[in-house]
Amino acid sequence: MPRYLFPTPKGSEITPREVYLNRRHFIAGATIAGALLALDGSAKAATSPTEPLKFSQGSVKAPSDKTTARELATTYNNYYEFGTAKTEPARNASTLKVRPWTVEIGGEVAKPRTIGIEDLLAMDLEERVYRMRCVEAWSMVIPWVGMSFSKLAALVEPTSKAKYVKFTSVARPEEMPGVRTRILDWPYTEGLRIDEAMHPLTFLTLGMYGETLPNQNGAPVRIVTPWKYGFKNAKSIVRIDFVEQQPRTAWMTAGANEYGFYANVNPEVDHPRWSQKHERLLPAFFASRETEKFNGYGAEVASLYAGMDLAVNF
Amino acid sequence: MSLALPKSWIAALKAFVFTLSLVPLARIIYAVVLDPISLGANPAETILHMSGDWVIYFLLITLAITPVRKLTGWNDLIKFRRTMGLYAFFYASVHFLSYIGFDRLFDLSDMAKEIIKRPFVLVGFAAFVLLIPLAITSTRGWVLRLGGARWSALHRLVYPIAVLGIVHYWWLVKRDITWPLVFALVLGVLLAYRGFKRGGKKIRAAAS
Repeated sequence: MPRYLFPTPKGSEITPREVYLNRRHFIAGATIAGALLALDGSAKAATSPTEPLKFSQGSVKAPSDKTTARELATTYNNYYEFGTAKTEPARNASTLKVRPWTVEIGGEVAKPRTIGIEDLLAMDLEERVYRMRCVEAWSMVIPWVGMSFSKLAALVEPTSKAKYVKFTSVARPEEMPGVRTRILDWPYTEGLRIDEAMHPLTFLTLGMYGETLPNQNGAPVRIVTPWKYGFKNAKSIVRIDFVEQQPRTAWMTAGANEYGFYANVNPEVDHPRWSQKHERLLPAFFASRETEKFNGYGAEVASLYAGMDLAVNF
Repeated sequence: MSLALPKSWIAALKAFVFTLSLVPLARIIYAVVLDPISLGANPAETILHMSGDWVIYFLLITLAITPVRKLTGWNDLIKFRRTMGLYAFFYASVHFLSYIGFDRLFDLSDMAKEIIKRPFVLVGFAAFVLLIPLAITSTRGWVLRLGGARWSALHRLVYPIAVLGIVHYWWLVKRDITWPLVFALVLGVLLAYRGFKRGGKKIRAAAS
């Protein structure tokens, strides 16, 4: 079944990477240490490589919850370009080529430019621990590495006509099996209002757990807006446009009645098909965590929505 | 073609099928106790999905027994139908208990609200409730008590139950309907076979 390939992968899909992901099962059955080393060695070669990053500790306060184990945050992903099952991105994403990589920045800006990933990685990076709340009512606590998006915006100087920011993700059918299906209207697009994008919490993210992003988590560069549901956080960004009109996002095209433009975490506004009052802080069994408005970042961001009806602008 | 196995073989085969059907549960229990990481980052969801999938598998197996029996002539297959149906109910109970436990934290009033509010929960719940009388009356004693015709009529409830189960799955998925569609097609074939048979009987009856 597509949704829980743990612990029985299809025979046709057994690759060194698979061996890596399921190595605990192999370890349980294995008795020869040499065989173990061989398995682990071949596995690392096939995994999308991550590199250590240089960064400082950010000043944003971390959530009080315990940080999610890296192994969980990198094997349970919504990245439909690599398949709709949570385990598929980790298995399929190593085919994506993330070097060379450039991000084209244009639209209503004084200085449009194309910036290489090396230039982004050379900027001052900091680590921030955010809780990520998925629209599916689960959450993880992840240490991201990156910088406020506003730092990147300053390089291109948005004009007064820039009312929104549109993010476009990479869509390469030959490297991303999900793009060959019509699950979503590719390429994946997301957007923020300009004041949301320029808010210091909005994080242009280049790494997690101290290293560059694994492909399944949106390598090499993604956006993280911690007070919004996870689908707002476009992965593997290739284009950033400053625009005058509110962009139509991939999920709005898929179902505007279920996935709004704002998508602020809000326990008072349910998803049409499920409640948003509680969440499961993974890997907990019980969905016992009470979801906080704006995912707990209300003190910082609630003022952005003063006077707005959040049930209408969901 | 007809295939008649000795009684002792049938008994052994029944024991084997009974044990095999417990493997999904054994896998869940083993993982929870000894190897939680094998259930992934969201173990409760994995258990919900695994148990839900097995309800649909067992319902489809149950519904496939009569067509396969007729097509192959292996009449002993009918002896496995009750077990398959009861396993559908068993995994539906695991699924339902996981839902009220992991998702609704055993808060029954919250559960009642969710059932009313969410169509996909409602159809799943309806399917589960409808399975209960079938499980209770699955014994030989109940067949005799109700009489064959009434018992059969009651147990035709399994058709709407299977439809509700697949609708439940269809309405739950966020975007990718591949698997609900596959299950719906299999169910469609199994139901169409019955419609076809029935239609054939009527035509023959009218002609005579």
